[in-house]
Amino acid sequence: MGGNVDYLRYKTKTERPAMQASFTVNGRPQQVDVPEDMPLLWVLRDILGMTGTKYGCGIAQCGACTVHLNGEAVRSCQVGAYDLEGAEITTIEGLGTPDAPHPVQEAWIEMQVAQCGYCQSGQIMQAAALLKDIPVPTDAEIDDAMSGNLCRCASYPRIRAAIHLATTKIGGR
Amino acid sequence: MGKLRTLTRRTFLIGSAAIAGGVAFGTYLVKRSIPNPLLDDLQDGEAAITPYIKIAPDGITLITPRADMGQGAYSIQALLIAEELDIDPATTTITPGAPDPAYYNAAVLAEGVPFPAYDRSTMAETARAFMSIPAKLFEVQITGGSSTVPDSYDKLRTAGAVARETLKEAAARKLGVARADVSTKNGQVVLPDGTVIPYTDLAADAAQLDPVTEVELKPATTWTRLGKPQQRLDMVAKCTGTETYGIDLNVEGMVYATVRANPGIGGGIARLNSDAARTTAGVQQVLPITSAVAVISDNTWSAFQGANALDITWGPAPFPENSDRMFEALEAALGDDDAFDHRQRDDGNIDAALEQGAEIDVTYRVPYLPHAPMEPMNALVHLTKDACDIWVGTQIPLFIRKKAASMTGLDEEQVHVHVQPMGGSFGHRLEMTHVEQAIEIAIEMRGTPVKLVWSREEDMTHDYPRPAAVARGRGRTDLGHVISMDLSVAQSAMTPSWMHRLTGMTLPGPDATITTGSWDQPFAIPNYRITGYRAPDMVPISSWRSVGASSNGFFHDCLLDELIHAAGADPLAERTRLCMDDTSRKVLEAVGDMCGWDGPDLGYNHGRGVGFCMSFGVPCAQVVDVTQTEEGIRLDRVYVAVDVGDVLDPVNLEAQITGSVLFGLGHAMNCELTYADHAPEQDNFYANTGLRLYQVPEVKVKALTNGTRIRGIGEPGVPPAAPALANAIFAATGQRIRELPLNRHIDFV
Repeated sequence: MGGNVDYLRYKTKTERPAMQASFTVNGRPQQVDVPEDMPLLWVLRDILGMTGTKYGCGIAQCGACTVHLNGEAVRSCQVGAYDLEGAEITTIEGLGTPDAPHPVQEAWIEMQVAQCGYCQSGQIMQAAALLKDIPVPTDAEIDDAMSGNLCRCASYPRIRAAIHLATTKIGGR
Repeated sequence: MGKLRTLTRRTFLIGSAAIAGGVAFGTYLVKRSIPNPLLDDLQDGEAAITPYIKIAPDGITLITPRADMGQGAYSIQALLIAEELDIDPATTTITPGAPDPAYYNAAVLAEGVPFPAYDRSTMAETARAFMSIPAKLFEVQITGGSSTVPDSYDKLRTAGAVARETLKEAAARKLGVARADVSTKNGQVVLPDGTVIPYTDLAADAAQLDPVTEVELKPATTWTRLGKPQQRLDMVAKCTGTETYGIDLNVEGMVYATVRANPGIGGGIARLNSDAARTTAGVQQVLPITSAVAVISDNTWSAFQGANALDITWGPAPFPENSDRMFEALEAALGDDDAFDHRQRDDGNIDAALEQGAEIDVTYRVPYLPHAPMEPMNALVHLTKDACDIWVGTQIPLFIRKKAASMTGLDEEQVHVHVQPMGGSFGHRLEMTHVEQAIEIAIEMRGTPVKLVWSREEDMTHDYPRPAAVARGRGRTDLGHVISMDLSVAQSAMTPSWMHRLTGMTLPGPDATITTGSWDQPFAIPNYRITGYRAPDMVPISSWRSVGASSNGFFHDCLLDELIHAAGADPLAERTRLCMDDTSRKVLEAVGDMCGWDGPDLGYNHGRGVGFCMSFGVPCAQVVDVTQTEEGIRLDRVYVAVDVGDVLDPVNLEAQITGSVLFGLGHAMNCELTYADHAPEQDNFYANTGLRLYQVPEVKVKALTNGTRIRGIGEPGVPPAAPALANAIFAATGQRIRELPLNRHIDFV
């Protein structure tokens, strides 16, 4: 049946051994004991209790789980525990806080971007990585960098505007 | 002055210490009052002057019973109370409160009456007013139908005013002055000598008073918060990863669960082998439940892995095997006398008008559509011997409470539904299958909190989609004008399908959603008929953002556009000429002004289309500009004019309109749920994404305020988007696309 066929695509046996991984999250050392193919997304959410990083699709199609791995934006649903040894992870919680937001977060708040807000952790992490690479991106560069991040509420025009605003905030520091 | 201040401060402090707790305030302008739910749990010294405001010595709580799924309901409800209470909502605690009949939604059913929204006759208004009575009697605490603001507008402002006047009365009595001699300023009562007393210090005294119910609401011209650009109260949390959605909850001793259910919903399980699932790392147990198999585990991922390892043969689904068979059933119903459901528009004599044949005779179709909010369905349930606590992002907390009570054998009072912020809904959270599954697991594991999370695949294949529908449109023109228009629509009945799942009851009578958004449009066409046909029940279906108007807006406006072109008339001028409602006509004129409709031609390969739909009482007109490129159609700009009666927060209004227009465009372009072998063929975001950023056009929004009644804004932007785009593609390419999604027929850049 159709439904079964679709599920089979994602069917993977989990007989990989447990492993220990040491890495940092937002500058803090962490050590976990998990199956080696357990995705970073679930290590963060269910093992470390850091739920700012969101589950949306599990197959790198929505970008809600975007974090920085050694400074680069990655989909944490696609990073297995076996890739974590020695890694430096930054999540939305480490980018900034309500009291001390990152310039990208400041811009997001000023532009009132979020509606349901569920995708915005990923959007913001992706945008922060973009601005590190390209301090003043064009619309086309923003489109390229951000089109892997879905927003079902379609807050897109404000995402674009907030990224432009963030460039002035970062430039001003 | 100094002496007075000392005296009052001390008096109040003593009062507070003696009672050590908080006052609740809310008013309902109803004949039979419902008990104030806040009074049940009130501590000494707390006042609940209405069900919407609780004042305690240590702070003020505003109750905002309509749920926030991203539309800003949380902030706007707080703002309505705060405007009259005279307090900065950011200094209060805001909570949806416990579900309670007191929070019934009087407005959600109001547009279900057989009168179009622009009909403001006594009879139509009386019928609408009557709809608040069943809403109250049946305890309809629902968030939906763009009804939060219409329902709350007077209720919450009145609650704020009652609380403010009662606090003033408490202060005045204390000091032996008249209430008229004291005023308020940002959370404090101001005495004649300028001394201020915080509301919180007045809690105990206010608690002893009967609420002052004779209040006058501030005129809009004196508003200090409403109508001004606002910062949403949930914005900082949502931009810093600190908002807690249902899926983020974690309580002591909790287990993680997921389910695998038959994607042929209702088909059940023919054979199950769970050996591999049981030996998956982290899996604690595999639990067959009604129509599904649950996997209980140490963490979400392991539960998903266990579910993937289940070997299940599904039972046969009780609906046609694939999309072709489903559309055949819809087409068979269209025009079939035996399938006739209702006809709420029959102006002139359409049979006579079309006797010599129709000039236009075309068919349209729209697909099943999943809601696919970003946060998949989830629920946390903790069932003990004498209580059931449910944490869930939902639009229907009272239905869940009733269901949980009947499933667990507890009294409704023992079931506590804690409504969570939602990562989107679009109507998906008007359903509760996932909650029932979580309760069923919790019954098997009494004492252990169970968090159930659906995988994206489970979510998209068990979505209760927007119904597929087909339509036939016919009409004639004369002397350059549209004179006859006949639209027939066939779909399965949505409302009974949904209500049956929620209540187990069978709804008799016609299903108005089959023609909502077409029969009720404000056009005066001499011969004008809209007929709904009811196809057999197939896939179980549900409300999808803008409900009936999501498909009928497309059918009606595309047919009108075809007729206008056949007449050789101007698409905007002819719509405006046919429009019989002033508010709607001004919206059409405004969108024409915004885009420079009468300006120079856009040129070769460019096209401009207009779309209009009145839904939820809101007329919305959109103009879409597209360019035909070698790679496909590119969206350039969208102009939107809308009338909501009054604008409470221009920033959120712009966000909701822009978002809903882009939502409508994206689904028109590339979203559908197709079926093969009794199951949906799309199960994740490799499909059904809607727009991605690179496709997003510039959107300009103008809100008019000519309407006589305030309206909600979460949905009315959706219906005109699809027809405006299809009409623009016709203008650019000459190709009439009568089927959604449009990418079945044309590529998009």
